[in-house]
Amino acid sequence: MTGSGLLAGGGLLAGTRPRLLYPGAGPARLAEHTARYGPLPRGLRRPQRETLIAEVGRAGLTGRGGAGFPTARKLAAVAAGHAPVVVANGTEGEPASAKDRVLMASSPHLVLDGAVLAAELTGAREAVIVAHRDVREIMDEAAAERARAGLDRVRLVVRTAAEGFVAGQASAVVRWIQRGVPAPTATPPRLAQRGLHGAPTLVQNVETLAHLALIARYGAAWFRSAGTPAEPGTMLVTVTGAVREPGVLEIGIGTSVGQVLEQAGGSSAPLRALLLGGYFGTWVDAAAALGRPFSSAGLADLDAGPGAGLIAALPAGARGLRETARLARYLAGESAGQCGPCRFGLPAIAGEVERLAAGQDTDTGLLRRWLGQVDGRGGCAHPDGAIRLIRSALRTFGAEPGTHR
Amino acid sequence: MSGRSGHGTAAGLRLRVDFIACDGRGVCAAALPGLISLDDWGFPVVRDEVVPGRRLADAQATVRACPKLALRLERGR
Repeated sequence: MTGSGLLAGGGLLAGTRPRLLYPGAGPARLAEHTARYGPLPRGLRRPQRETLIAEVGRAGLTGRGGAGFPTARKLAAVAAGHAPVVVANGTEGEPASAKDRVLMASSPHLVLDGAVLAAELTGAREAVIVAHRDVREIMDEAAAERARAGLDRVRLVVRTAAEGFVAGQASAVVRWIQRGVPAPTATPPRLAQRGLHGAPTLVQNVETLAHLALIARYGAAWFRSAGTPAEPGTMLVTVTGAVREPGVLEIGIGTSVGQVLEQAGGSSAPLRALLLGGYFGTWVDAAAALGRPFSSAGLADLDAGPGAGLIAALPAGARGLRETARLARYLAGESAGQCGPCRFGLPAIAGEVERLAAGQDTDTGLLRRWLGQVDGRGGCAHPDGAIRLIRSALRTFGAEPGTHR
Repeated sequence: MSGRSGHGTAAGLRLRVDFIACDGRGVCAAALPGLISLDDWGFPVVRDEVVPGRRLADAQATVRACPKLALRLERGR
């Protein structure tokens, strides 16, 4: 929970100062927040809303929850509907990730600014903040501070997020708020058309909303002064595993993977591999990845991507397949259990990966058939993510079984 | 599952399974051999291609016959 300590050293954003995390001891109070960033543009009329959505488009902001969808397009789609609602997604179901919690614990008002702004831009009267239980009270307090100041016309409702890996999936968040069931729903309908209580619903990751609140203040050109032309801006990353100072950092998108690890104190051991993106990310050979930009373009040919901003470093000597078997078993257990291929396929696959990791007799043809039979066959992307992880492990650690017990 | 552009137009109909609704009774695979098979756990695997015109009526009847209303015919990709 102490990401800001890492940022205090400065110089993390080649030529840019940290944008999102409060440099002092968080959470930033409303007065501190306003002193740092200035007031949020409010009371937008229709033409101003359209101008600002276009500005968000020029900024090139994309979702920071993992899917990377262009934020302006989502805003425009929801704004076109009648009486929409905004959901700020701070569920952070990804167990290795801490960036959303660190952000909310550090700059709660930046997230609330973004939620209020998203509501104004789409014409919503209410924004529901779904906060991980670790930061629920911080968000409550921040919302109360704003209510006392009479700041927002938009009604802010704070809810505690459900726990579990799939609970953060957008439709699962909506179903959690509405029905108390944190499991995804079928598409169609899209949430932008029919989501919470049937209303057009904008579900946006809390980090995305924080960026939105800054674009509204400082504009697209400022936003693009960090990151790469194709993937502008900064992003929060959680660095974990074999590094000296694991934690949450803010980096310009496209900073090399090696530099990101340096910013986390450097590796604490020679590295074998990196898990990039999250639990449903991709294992890559450390040597192949260190020089790569941490961006979609920079990692594409490794079949990897920044995902939800996770880098986990696996030291040499650790067993990648064993680690993957543990993750596969975890992900199998985290299936919402709604879809057959995911419910039955993932445990079967996890069992095979466990046998493989233990150097026992396995039928890799069977494993590969099952991977094919589960991929793309759920109501959400949970099985696909698990399959991507396991396939990447077979690529990266394929030669490993038998050499270790 | 992918890589087939299908042989009809983009407006052709494809079979889709709502896996949240499906509970693997297997009615569809029995009714539409060649278009729907079952995976190792008994859940339908639909061929990702436009349903040929001569099988469209059968496909529509199968959609109606699914006890969980989990099978659909959808246009486009």
